[in-house]
Amino acid sequence: MTLLGLYNYWIYILLLVVGLYAVLVKSNYVKRMIGLGIFQAAVFLLFISMDKVEGGTGPIIRGIPDPDQLFSNPLPQVLILTAIVVGIAVTALGLALAIRIREEYGTIEENEIRRQDHEA
Amino acid sequence: MSDQTLILLALSLPLIFSGVIAITGANRNLRDSLMVGSAVVLFIVVASILPSVVAGGRPSVELFDIMPGLALGFAIEPLGMIFALVASGLWVLTSIYGIGYMRGAQEKHQTRFFACFSIAIFAALGVAFAENMFTLFIFYEVLSLSTYPLVAHKGSEQAKRGARIYLGLLLGTSIGLLLPAMLITWWLTGTLAFQPGGILQDNVSRSVGAILLILYMFGIGKAALMPFHRWLPSAMVAPTPVSALLHAVAVVKAGVFTVLKVSVYLFGLEYLQSLWSADLVMWVAAFTLLAASIVALQKTNLKARLAYSTVSQLSYIVLGAMLANELAVTGGGLHIVMHAFGKITLFFCAGAIYVAAHKTEISQMDGLGRKMPITMFAFLLGALSVIGAPPLGGFWSKWNLLLGAVDAQQQIMIVVFLLSTLLNIAYLLPPVVRAFLLSPPKEDRDDHHDGHHEDHHDTRGFGHRFGLSEAPLFCLIPLSLTAIGTLLLFFFVGPIRGFIQSIFTGVM
Amino acid sequence: MTLTEQLPILVVVLPMFVAPLLAVLASRGQLPWLVATITSALTFVIAVALTSQVMASGQIDYALGNWPVPFGIGLTIGPLSAMILMIVSGASTVALVAGRESMNAEVDPSHQALLYASWLLALTGLLGIAATGDAFNVFVFMEISSLASYVMVANGPKRQALTASFKYLVTGTLGATFYLVGVGYLYMMTGTLNIADMSVRLGEVSDTLPVMIAGGFIMLGLALKAALFPMHAWMPNAYQFAPTPVAIFFAACSTKVALFVMLRFQYELLLPNLGPHAVFLSSWLIPLCVGGFLVGSAVAMFERDLKRMLGYSSVAQLAYIVLGISLVSSAGITASMIHFFNHALIKAALFVAVAGMIVRFGSSNLDQLGGIGKRMPLTVLGFVLAGVSLIGVPLTAGFISKWYLIQAVLAEGVLGIVLTVLILLSSLMAVVYIWKVVEVAYFKEPADGHGGQAAITRQEAPLPLLVVLWVLVAANFWFGIDPSLPISLATQAAASLVGGIQ
Repeated sequence: MTLLGLYNYWIYILLLVVGLYAVLVKSNYVKRMIGLGIFQAAVFLLFISMDKVEGGTGPIIRGIPDPDQLFSNPLPQVLILTAIVVGIAVTALGLALAIRIREEYGTIEENEIRRQDHEA
Repeated sequence: MSDQTLILLALSLPLIFSGVIAITGANRNLRDSLMVGSAVVLFIVVASILPSVVAGGRPSVELFDIMPGLALGFAIEPLGMIFALVASGLWVLTSIYGIGYMRGAQEKHQTRFFACFSIAIFAALGVAFAENMFTLFIFYEVLSLSTYPLVAHKGSEQAKRGARIYLGLLLGTSIGLLLPAMLITWWLTGTLAFQPGGILQDNVSRSVGAILLILYMFGIGKAALMPFHRWLPSAMVAPTPVSALLHAVAVVKAGVFTVLKVSVYLFGLEYLQSLWSADLVMWVAAFTLLAASIVALQKTNLKARLAYSTVSQLSYIVLGAMLANELAVTGGGLHIVMHAFGKITLFFCAGAIYVAAHKTEISQMDGLGRKMPITMFAFLLGALSVIGAPPLGGFWSKWNLLLGAVDAQQQIMIVVFLLSTLLNIAYLLPPVVRAFLLSPPKEDRDDHHDGHHEDHHDTRGFGHRFGLSEAPLFCLIPLSLTAIGTLLLFFFVGPIRGFIQSIFTGVM
Repeated sequence: MTLTEQLPILVVVLPMFVAPLLAVLASRGQLPWLVATITSALTFVIAVALTSQVMASGQIDYALGNWPVPFGIGLTIGPLSAMILMIVSGASTVALVAGRESMNAEVDPSHQALLYASWLLALTGLLGIAATGDAFNVFVFMEISSLASYVMVANGPKRQALTASFKYLVTGTLGATFYLVGVGYLYMMTGTLNIADMSVRLGEVSDTLPVMIAGGFIMLGLALKAALFPMHAWMPNAYQFAPTPVAIFFAACSTKVALFVMLRFQYELLLPNLGPHAVFLSSWLIPLCVGGFLVGSAVAMFERDLKRMLGYSSVAQLAYIVLGISLVSSAGITASMIHFFNHALIKAALFVAVAGMIVRFGSSNLDQLGGIGKRMPLTVLGFVLAGVSLIGVPLTAGFISKWYLIQAVLAEGVLGIVLTVLILLSSLMAVVYIWKVVEVAYFKEPADGHGGQAAITRQEAPLPLLVVLWVLVAANFWFGIDPSLPISLATQAAASLVGGIQ
């Protein structure tokens, strides 16, 4: 496979790094959650893109399957469904926490929160 | 009763008694009589094991394996027997003394004190009876931990700091140096059992063995080799009965006992002689010997002076072990006994002086001989024993050590021993001399009439009728007995020496 | 179909079913606590039954829904899994029994129903990780337990609990996602998700680079979850601000489960198939471990808050476990697993004692706990004895762990000597921070102006807490004197794991 033919991997790596950057560098909690979401999406893309079989169609059987028909691998797609659900739960929880933090501190900026804790 | 039962009994008695004491704490007299009673019973039990060991037997009890190959076991040989006898015998006297002192000085928390005391004796006996280094280490650590509350007893800032240094140094050396030494020994030889001739001879190269020796000797912090000696003077914040038993007898003796056991039964004298680090440790011991004596000279607080004297005396035994010949080791073993009696007398006297006359500085002790003649005379006997003058017991141990130095052709050590004897005279005799020959300091003469009898009715010393203000009887009797002991030991040293020498000639 | 056959799945599923029931039906008064405790106790009983079964007849395999592995998900319970099941369910039960009053003091009773429901879900997740034999299933259960944990931590009394939980969430999700990436790579190379099947198929794979990368991602993800230095920052924070019973539960077991997974992947998949590359991988872990136990112990020495101090202490202790794993030897694994067991006992006891202090005195900060040795002597004595086990004084469980660990380390030659020195150094640091507590408890005057003898009243911790504390302390000494149970479990497990390495 040529380097460009591996474009799915390039995309996933790019997204992974972008997401990671956001999580590590940004001080706003919501931005961190966004970064986390991007990060997770990158992984989902990796899984889904890896299961595409060249020349394969969607893994749905209608009637009697043609023995020569190629199907894409359904397993990773199922795994990703699970992971997406987990991701949703994490995002929901994270945002809920962000809301509560906003209620308690009046801000969702890391530096501000740290300052408030130090003064307390 | 079989020897095995006796061994187990000797170990469990103090443990049980500490529980009983904790419960009967409220009733002072019941608790105190139980304390003395249990000490007496313990001594009898330990003494009953003596005959079989003298006859050449080596009674042993193996309890169970804690980890595969590492058993909790006890086996008695002459050194251990001697240490156990000394510890349990002097415990009787210290219990009596402790009762007198604690009541006299009106110390608080006496129940906790005596309960921890008992656990400490349990640990000391465990060290004495240990069949292998692993068991010894367990009881060694129990000893460190159980004496911490005793050292920190007063609860003051000073006590806390002193206790912190105490525990810090002891745990630091045992976990940081002794434990790795044990682990490496186990790793290389597969055993930690004490055997005559040692276990390292065939398994460990000379170079590794030399490093191991350094780890062991400095790891045995209770032997107070410099630079790990600081815990001893720091522990002087404890009440004097603690100092007396634990630091003149049990804790420090556990340290030098371990040094002797490791030298004779882990390394073996022959192997030890061939190690370069034995010479190194010997020089460190010699240095400690002299340096501690010099520091003792400068101390004006009596207990501090005695503490540094102990540091110095302990190095005698370590030196003896490093000379690595039979005479020197015999001298070391004898010194365990002699120094115990001598030092405990001195500490008893120091405590008595505090209780009866409330003095802690040597300069305040001028003329004390008139008011406390018995105490000061006992002090004189103890001092002479530590100095090593005949007809006191201390003479024999020094003599054997000297002979050991000659045998090992370490003439410099002879000089070291002689120098230190001179230093001993210089720091031990002046207090006694001044007590008898000089007159009391001015303040004392003035408030002699109005002060004392108001406060401390309890502690009206012995002999008040005769114009003396001696220590309470409970203090006076033990110190007199130990002082007489130093005298008797001079004449009856033969059997003890023979007993120790049976290590080298006897059957195991 | 007997009950015994269903035990493997029952241990995971029981808390899972009870959790929603608890949230909906049993939400009044002390009922949530009661239901949670009973459920937890039942799982412990099942775990013990499974352990005895495993010790008698070897590994148990269970196919979910009767779908044969590798098409379906399979549970595999070996000696190590059994030990983890016992530790997790035991820790949960202990924390619940001891923590009732503590929970009442820290969390508003009206929120407790959902909190206990989350507790049961966390329990499900952790047990599932231990029991499963499928790599993706591990991810699922890991996230179940993590999500529940984030919720539990966020319920702490102070507002910092929220930020602590948020940071924990971010770090934990990063870790889980890295793990997922690793599993994805492995799936790409082998086409299966079942761990045992994977290890067979990996043997036939010729291109080892993706496998190494997979290994790297998995190790990194699990290291984040396990608070391995330098990614440990979330843990002391989370322990400090979570409700104390939650801290008891987590400190005793939750990060260990991540280490368990690390152990499995290392020895069942990576080492047998990657050989020298995997050894290289694990050699990277060693300096991280050294950093962990030195930094963890050092920072602990300066902490004033007890829960935070114990959190840093845990960083150090977990680093010991990972050190054992990274040595790639049977002795190393044995040492790690013994410490899995012993550390759970030690940390649970320590946190239970702290819970007692908080219940009675409202604070775990040393500055406010002066003189508590006189006010709650039994509790403080329990803390000190557990601390003595942490230091590794002989006759305690901690000593056994240290002995085995150093024996395993000494096999590494010169490196072993260096490591031994460092391990003992951090033990000595443990002496410092435990003794700080001793000094404050016994020597300091109470800070709230109640100084002086007259006002010192005995205010012991609640009875259930005291009983649990002393049972744990007794266990520490029991397993310090007779460690045959953990040792035999550990050696059995080590033998089966190392069997895969040539």
